[in-house]
Formats: sequence, C-alpha cells, structure tokens
Amino acid sequence: MNLILKVWRQKGAGSPGRFVSYQATNVSPDMSFLEMLDVVNEGLIARGEAPIAFEHDCREGICGSCGFVINGVPHGPRRGTTVCQLHLRTFEDGDVLTLEPWRARAFPVLKDLVVDRAALDRIIQAGGFISAPTGSAPDANALLIPKDDAERAFDAAACIGCGACVAACPNASAMLFTAAKVSHLGLLPQGQPERWDRARDMVRAMDRELFGSCTNMRECEAACPKEISIAFIARLNRDLVKASFQPRRAAAAAGV
Amino acid sequence: MSAVAALWSTSIGKKAVMAVTGIALVGFVILHMAGNLKIYLGPEHFDAYARGLRALGEPILVHGQALWSMRLILLAAVVLHVVAAVQLTQASWAARPVAYTEKEAVAADYAARTMRWGGVIVLLFIVYHLLHFTVGVVGYAPGQFQEASVYRNVVNGFRVWYVSAFYVVAQAALGLHLYHGVWSMFQTLGMNARGNGFYRGLAVVAAVLVVVGNVSIPLAVLGGLVN
Repeated sequence: MNLILKVWRQKGAGSPGRFVSYQATNVSPDMSFLEMLDVVNEGLIARGEAPIAFEHDCREGICGSCGFVINGVPHGPRRGTTVCQLHLRTFEDGDVLTLEPWRARAFPVLKDLVVDRAALDRIIQAGGFISAPTGSAPDANALLIPKDDAERAFDAAACIGCGACVAACPNASAMLFTAAKVSHLGLLPQGQPERWDRARDMVRAMDRELFGSCTNMRECEAACPKEISIAFIARLNRDLVKASFQPRRAAAAAGV
Repeated sequence: MSAVAALWSTSIGKKAVMAVTGIALVGFVILHMAGNLKIYLGPEHFDAYARGLRALGEPILVHGQALWSMRLILLAAVVLHVVAAVQLTQASWAARPVAYTEKEAVAADYAARTMRWGGVIVLLFIVYHLLHFTVGVVGYAPGQFQEASVYRNVVNGFRVWYVSAFYVVAQAALGLHLYHGVWSMFQTLGMNARGNGFYRGLAVVAAVLVVVGNVSIPLAVLGGLVN
C-alpha cells in the first residue's frame, strides 16, 4: 500500500519548523507505523537527506518512548494503542496522514517529532515514590492488600508516561498522568505515610511545569494507550483537597 | 484559613472553588426557576411571591435582609467562579503556545468545548436580566416598568419578541453550561463513588428542568397564555 505523509520537520529546539510531504510507497499493511517510518527514513538516508527523528525504544507498547499526533489524534486512530503497536492495516491505501509532535509549552520540540518530556520526570521526582529502608526483598504476601485495591492500583500503574494525555488535552493539562502516578501509590498500604505530601507536592510540581488545568473534557482518557480512567483524576482532586487540611509529615512529626 | 489559601494557590484548588460556588449557583438557578413558575397562578400569586421574598425571615430578620444576604452571597459566588475561571483559562491558553495544525475532538462533547464562551454568554445574560427585570432600565418604554407590579413587568418585557428570543438563546447556553458543569462539579470534588452515569443523569435532569421551566415563560407570554 501507499501513503502520503505530511511530517513536521524542525532542525532543533530553537529553529522554526514546517511540514514536508513524503511518499511511503509499497509498504506492507502488516508493518507497524514505526517500521513504515524506518522504511521512509532509509529512502531519505539513501538520498542524502536527514531522516525523520522520532522517539522509540521497546516497540511493544510498554516503554512510553514513542508517540506523535496522527491526523489530530495522539498515537493515531486506534484506541488503547501506542504508535509502535499501530499497524498500517488501520489505514486505507492512499491515505494522507499529518504527523505532528506533542504540542505543549511544557514539552518543547527537540527535533522533528521528538519532544522533551522531562517535565513529567520532575513531577515524579516531587513525590512519585515511597520512602522505605532498602535491603533484602520482603516476603511477597507479608502485606495483605485487598484484591480490588491491588487491581485499581495496577490500572493506574499501567501509565507509561508517554505524554499522550497532555497532547490530547485541549488545555495541555497533565492531570491524567499526575492522577495515575499519585493514585497507584495512594491506593496501596506502602503509599499511605506520604499520601498527603505526595498529592500536594506532585500537584505543585505539575503547576510549576506550566501545564494547563483540567476542564473534564475526557480527551486524555480517549487518547491514553493504557486507557486510564478519569476516575483517577477525581481521586486526585479528592486527595488534594483533603491534603490541604492535613499537616505536612515533617511538621506532624515535630509535633507542630 | 491557610488551608484555603493553599488550595487557591493550586490549579486543582481553584477548580474546587469553581465547583463549590457552582453548587451554590446551580441551587439558586433551580429555586429561581421553581419560583418563576408561580407566574402561571396569576398576578396576585406572582406579585405576592415577589413581596414574600423581601419579607423572608421576618420577624427574626428585618425587611429585605434575607433577600440582600442572598444577593451578596450569590454575587460573591459569581465573582469567585469567574475569577477562578479567568485565571485557569489564561494558564491553559498559555500552556499550548503553538497550536496543532490538525486536532480532532475524540471525546469532548459540544457542551464541554463551549464552557468558556458559553459562560461569557451566561454572564452577559445575567447583567442584562438584572437591568431588565430587577432595575427596569432596559427593554421597556419610559414609565412602563413598575417595581411593585412584577407580573405586569414580565408580561410587558416578554411581549417584545427579540427580548424573548434573547432569553431563549441565553437559556440554551445556560442549559449547556449546566450539562457539563453539574457533572464536572462531582468530578472536580472527587465525588465519583456512584459511577459516571449517575452524575451524567443528574446533570441532564438539572439542565432540562431549568431550561424547560424558564423558556416556557417567554413562550407563554408570546403565545397569549400569560397576559
């Protein structure tokens, strides 16, 4: 099959970008979208042109590296799918596809379809962890966790941090990402001691990174390759409001 | 107090303020619509209802005290709602300086996508509505508006077809705002225990009740049912 690609080309972070059209000729419907781009890039390299830069790693939908906007939809038209798991059979022969990087102030474009998502890492650094003494691994079932809690925590933990929620959100908000990260620890006993500090600190970090704010449009949920529910956003809202009426952990320990 | 200040300083806290003020405003809009329906009982009942609002709470409260307290609370709710909305909107617009060339709305419905400008229409309508039926400085011939004759004011006001048309359009905007807003209140306050469908249902009921009840009045006046 043949496709026409209109791809955002941008040399570097500070340079202006523009769309350039490319032909993907004689590609197999069984190829993944990234394999098709590999073929297009081989052609570009053979002609002495710069290949299209895109981020990728595992190519099995679990690492969160890949992702760009295809015809106005992050990760393309298939629900619950990263762009590396999107196959060309999803499209029709002769389709014209517009490929654009995630657009957000917090995600500056580094090159072509590659954006800097370090803002998400800084949200994690603000509280997306538990403080625990390390050492030998604890017994697997030493801490009993109700099955429903474990399931829900895992639903949130499925977040791969790809940034599609931010890309899809009309407000460029990172609420679904932050909600998933706050919730997957907040639902488990190990996450309880730091639960309120975590909600406060991660929301503050999210605001500092200049993401927009949620208006409950549900575009994030539809774009999420892991189909994470906005019920976690409601949970984050609840935790943040409760957290505002709790003393900080350090202050509480000091008896303040 | 510091907890409220801490809340207000975060994006989620500002949304919580919008949700709480939203509850007050939705409650008012529903009661206001219910009170409006008294127009179908005739001029005596309707004018007595208007007088009764001023006498509310007597003899514990003085004349007009309850009414003016409500007005101040509602004004505060509107101011907080709008200030939070403006600040959040500015932050959201700044969060995407380079727009997509192509962007498709996959999940967001019309009501969700028009919250901001729909809200502006509702705000402008509130200003007009107060100048029209409360103060009587717009929409009337000189001397036509009589503060004590509320029933006559409504009939005379709605007999102007384009004023009625504006009210109907504004109610449609209010209905869309309520449809997304009522559901959003629960989502923003984290009250999602009953599942999404329940809160969607509540939003539909609130929006339909308010719009149908309110729109019926200008239509009844234009149709001659209320005269």
